[in-house]
Amino acid sequence: MTDLISLDLAGAREGLNNGDFSAVELTQAHIKAMGAHRDLNTFITETPDLAIERAKEADHNRQQDQAGDLEGIPLGIKDLFCTEGVLTTAASHILDGFTPPYESTVTAKLKEAGAIFLGKTNLDEFAMGSSNESSHYGPVHNPWKANGDPRVLVPGGSSGGSAAAVAAHLCLGATGTDTGGSIRQPASFCGVVGMKPTYGRCSRWGIVAFSSSLDQAGPMTRTVRDAAILLNAMAGHDPKDSTSADASVPDFEAALTGDVKGLRIGIPAEYRPDGLNSEIATLWGKGVSWLKDAGAEIVEITLPHTKYALPTYYIVAPAEASSNLARYDGVRFGLRVEGESLDDMYSKTRAAGFGDEVKRRVLIGTYALSAGYYDAYYLKAQKVRQLIYQDFISAFDSVDAILTPTTPSPAFPIGEKSDDPVSMYLNDVFTVPASLAGLPGISVPAGLSGDGLPLGLQVLTKRWDEETVFRVAGVLEEAAAFPGLPLTGEG
Amino acid sequence: MSLDDARVQRIAVLARIELAQDEIGPLGKELSGILDWIEQLQEVDTDAVEPMTGGADQSLRWRTDGVEDGGHAAKILANAPEAHEGFFGVPKVIE
Repeated sequence: MTDLISLDLAGAREGLNNGDFSAVELTQAHIKAMGAHRDLNTFITETPDLAIERAKEADHNRQQDQAGDLEGIPLGIKDLFCTEGVLTTAASHILDGFTPPYESTVTAKLKEAGAIFLGKTNLDEFAMGSSNESSHYGPVHNPWKANGDPRVLVPGGSSGGSAAAVAAHLCLGATGTDTGGSIRQPASFCGVVGMKPTYGRCSRWGIVAFSSSLDQAGPMTRTVRDAAILLNAMAGHDPKDSTSADASVPDFEAALTGDVKGLRIGIPAEYRPDGLNSEIATLWGKGVSWLKDAGAEIVEITLPHTKYALPTYYIVAPAEASSNLARYDGVRFGLRVEGESLDDMYSKTRAAGFGDEVKRRVLIGTYALSAGYYDAYYLKAQKVRQLIYQDFISAFDSVDAILTPTTPSPAFPIGEKSDDPVSMYLNDVFTVPASLAGLPGISVPAGLSGDGLPLGLQVLTKRWDEETVFRVAGVLEEAAAFPGLPLTGEG
Repeated sequence: MSLDDARVQRIAVLARIELAQDEIGPLGKELSGILDWIEQLQEVDTDAVEPMTGGADQSLRWRTDGVEDGGHAAKILANAPEAHEGFFGVPKVIE
């Protein structure tokens, strides 16, 4: 059964359709791989029994000709999605023992399509982080290592467990969420495809809230086609999320035409700061040539407010987080630390339940929203956010898509950046602007660094044009012929 | 922007996060460092700019103001650290 975990999602779907193997066999192979790679710490909760039970139903449904689009496909679910009856932690101590009595809309849609959940993947606490080191359940290990260097590397974050599990072939795909780069950055670090759709494309209902004007769910897979297949099952209008778009969902897989002739691709000058890692710059240059060779027109563009995106994000996201995380008070769910009064109980519970990075962000957000500081911080950030958005609007007057690197560096060793919050924040310098603007974006694995570590390229388009994102990404993927992580044989 | 200990303590009270005495100083330094870095936003001219208040262009939809769901008290209380007779239990608030 070793072969079964080497398949990608589209290949597994075809094999199931042809009757080459059963959903139970496919699921068992992935459960075995998951068990053999616990050292990576990619899953917080494994649900093998539920998965096998579901796989039997999937085989039955297929026999009855009632197979959904993802019938029998084993997935990992970021532990930020509420799953009915299955522990949901957001990788925080404060949600100890929380078993949701309901299912998030995105996971409900995946279940309806027939997908099988292997378990809940690790992440940065409340999705706040770029390295997965802030998880209460310990850091995830990137399955990639630099040539000749035994040090364990971070998988990126916050969807680090999903990215590492997909890279190591423990599941055929996984859900992620992206607030400032939390799908695209770990995808780049782990050599997988990570797609953040337009804000509003997927319902946020039942996803543990971090920053509500930015949070967006998306797929993480080993191929662009798999991401398109998975997004089709995740997306769609949901009356339970007032910001979910009442728009029809195109067939994203059909957008993979392989043809970018005449498409105008923007190259933003501001994404080439002084001192940009030369390997990243070289790879970006290769991406430009691949698209040019495929018939696209390359256009130099400018996004003048790019340098203000990170500081803007670090007001907007913490402000919204400080409000969203007010619900963790020891009363309705999770951890409670007793105190002498109600206020004392709140303060002790939150002191014990939140990790350092979450505390920092809640405090920054509280300060930015407090009387006398609101205009100087929060209102100012909302105005700069508008300018960042307008930069993109103007750029899309002259281009159809934008190509940039996904991250300023390859994956770094665990512990290397944990002492300095601001240097950690800089990891998201290329992903945050599109998040603030609500644009769709993808990271495609495009090459290896000199040390043999994966590097990604990012494609962005205007809102609601995921089809062009997939089309361009498909062409890059084919030209890059990225090798993927070699399978080690066990599993 | 440097936050003194009293200011850090005040923010922590607003956020309902208890801080140990020896946490306040180092945390104040970290938060000040982050705020210093954010300070660069002040150089952007935003006088004539409308704030962007959400992630979507669309305005929020209207819906009927009606009860659509409910009656799940037992399910909701199942996760509560303390529950009595259909209510959440909290420390005594009235002396």
